[in-house]
Amino acid sequence: MELFTPEFGLVFWMFVVFIILFAILAKYAWPYIIRSLDERAELIDKGVEYAQEAKAQLDNAQADAKALLVEAQKQQMEILHEAAQMKNRIIEEARQAASVEAKKVMDAAAVSIEQARKESELQFRREVSEFALQIAEKMMRKQLSDDKTQVEMIDKLLNEIENKN
Amino acid sequence: MAFSLPLSASEKSGESEGGKTFNPKETIFEHLLDGYEWELPFSHEHKISLPVIVKDYKGDWKVFCSHRLAHGQEYEGFYIAQDGPNKGKIESVDDQGNRYRPLDLSITKNVLALIIAALLCGWCVFSVAHWYKKKHYKAPRKGVAAIEFLIEFIYTGVIKSTLGDKAPRFAPYLLTIFFFILLMNLLGLIVIFPGGANLTGNIAITMVLALCTFIIVNVRGTKEYWKEIFWPDVPLWLKFPIPIMPLIEVFGIFTKPAALMVRLFANMMGGHMIILSLISLIFIFGAFGAVVVGATTVISVLFSLFMLMIDTLVSFIQAYVFTMLSTLFISLSQVEGHHEGKMEKTK
Repeated sequence: MELFTPEFGLVFWMFVVFIILFAILAKYAWPYIIRSLDERAELIDKGVEYAQEAKAQLDNAQADAKALLVEAQKQQMEILHEAAQMKNRIIEEARQAASVEAKKVMDAAAVSIEQARKESELQFRREVSEFALQIAEKMMRKQLSDDKTQVEMIDKLLNEIENKN
Repeated sequence: MAFSLPLSASEKSGESEGGKTFNPKETIFEHLLDGYEWELPFSHEHKISLPVIVKDYKGDWKVFCSHRLAHGQEYEGFYIAQDGPNKGKIESVDDQGNRYRPLDLSITKNVLALIIAALLCGWCVFSVAHWYKKKHYKAPRKGVAAIEFLIEFIYTGVIKSTLGDKAPRFAPYLLTIFFFILLMNLLGLIVIFPGGANLTGNIAITMVLALCTFIIVNVRGTKEYWKEIFWPDVPLWLKFPIPIMPLIEVFGIFTKPAALMVRLFANMMGGHMIILSLISLIFIFGAFGAVVVGATTVISVLFSLFMLMIDTLVSFIQAYVFTMLSTLFISLSQVEGHHEGKMEKTK
């Protein structure tokens, strides 16, 4: 069968053409294409990796910023709270100080009033004793008309004074 | 075209009576086989003449144009045999009057188609290489992208996944055969001039391709590969007094490329033959009148369109299969020692 018998001429030319094609392509085209394919694949891989990293970093940064913001808010709250506490304490202290001061003033006032009262009492006493003396004098002048009784009376008074002292 | 005796004509062989009768067998074989001229489209008269290069029994080279041999003419003692074992080939007669076949290195239809396919293949591949040189890592567009897709498909999908680290060493050969076979297959499906030659459906072509794979497999085969052929890891009685396994293995060395050769050849030739037969049906049924011819034409054209579509697919599949099996055979010949392999696995 002519279909199944290889023709020498065709085998020869096929060999020649194929070897030339193979030699040219293997020398000038394939290594270059394969290298370029690999390099480009690597470049794309790197690009994707880089983009993913960048995205991760961006996400991280956003998370950090959010955390920072939350932290700052918390601190602000704390500071405000502390300030409010301090204010209350200061007011309390001031109030206490004021009450102490007021008590002092009151005490001083009480002392001075007592003193004034004592003084006025003393004066009043002096005046009363003066009045009593005057009254006694007047009474004595009138009653000293009767000698005997007068002497008794004077004695009696003198004794009294003596006993008193 | 009217055929007086179309049915009986199919039984006749040999002489076509002045173009009056239609012989499907002859027509089909004429298209399947090689020729010294190449028909121009839509014409049986005008053919492209190709150079004939022959060496006669005295050892002299003769180069002339093939139109000198047309219509049974004789030129410098050479003529195209009309019968005998060398039918359709150039023959000559020596001093004793014996017919003999000279050494024939003519640029036949298939050789020219081969050169065209090789040029196309080179152009395709270099267009990709040129793109990388010019546009660097920019993504290719249009045709270049299609070729690059195929390269990527074969290189990463077949070669790299099978051969691993050794891929760059064998990739040039495997990629070349893939693109060359694919282009030859596809060119064979184009009916008019630059195509139409039944290249991969010719056993000489597939033989050379299989031979190249055979050479690469066995020349680049490792020591372990040869050890496994002549002293495989099987019970001693299978290889010692009578070397059963080595015999089978040695046989396998030759059956592998033979299978490659026959698979590609049979697939492509079968596809061409079916399409040609379907088209021939139109002429065979020509005698039954206009209605029958019309109906047959429609059916035949539809069927051959369908077959052409399948053949386009087959063109790709066969190129792929040839490359894949070649890769597989090469990878089988690149085996390393079992101990090394185990060491690497445990690492």
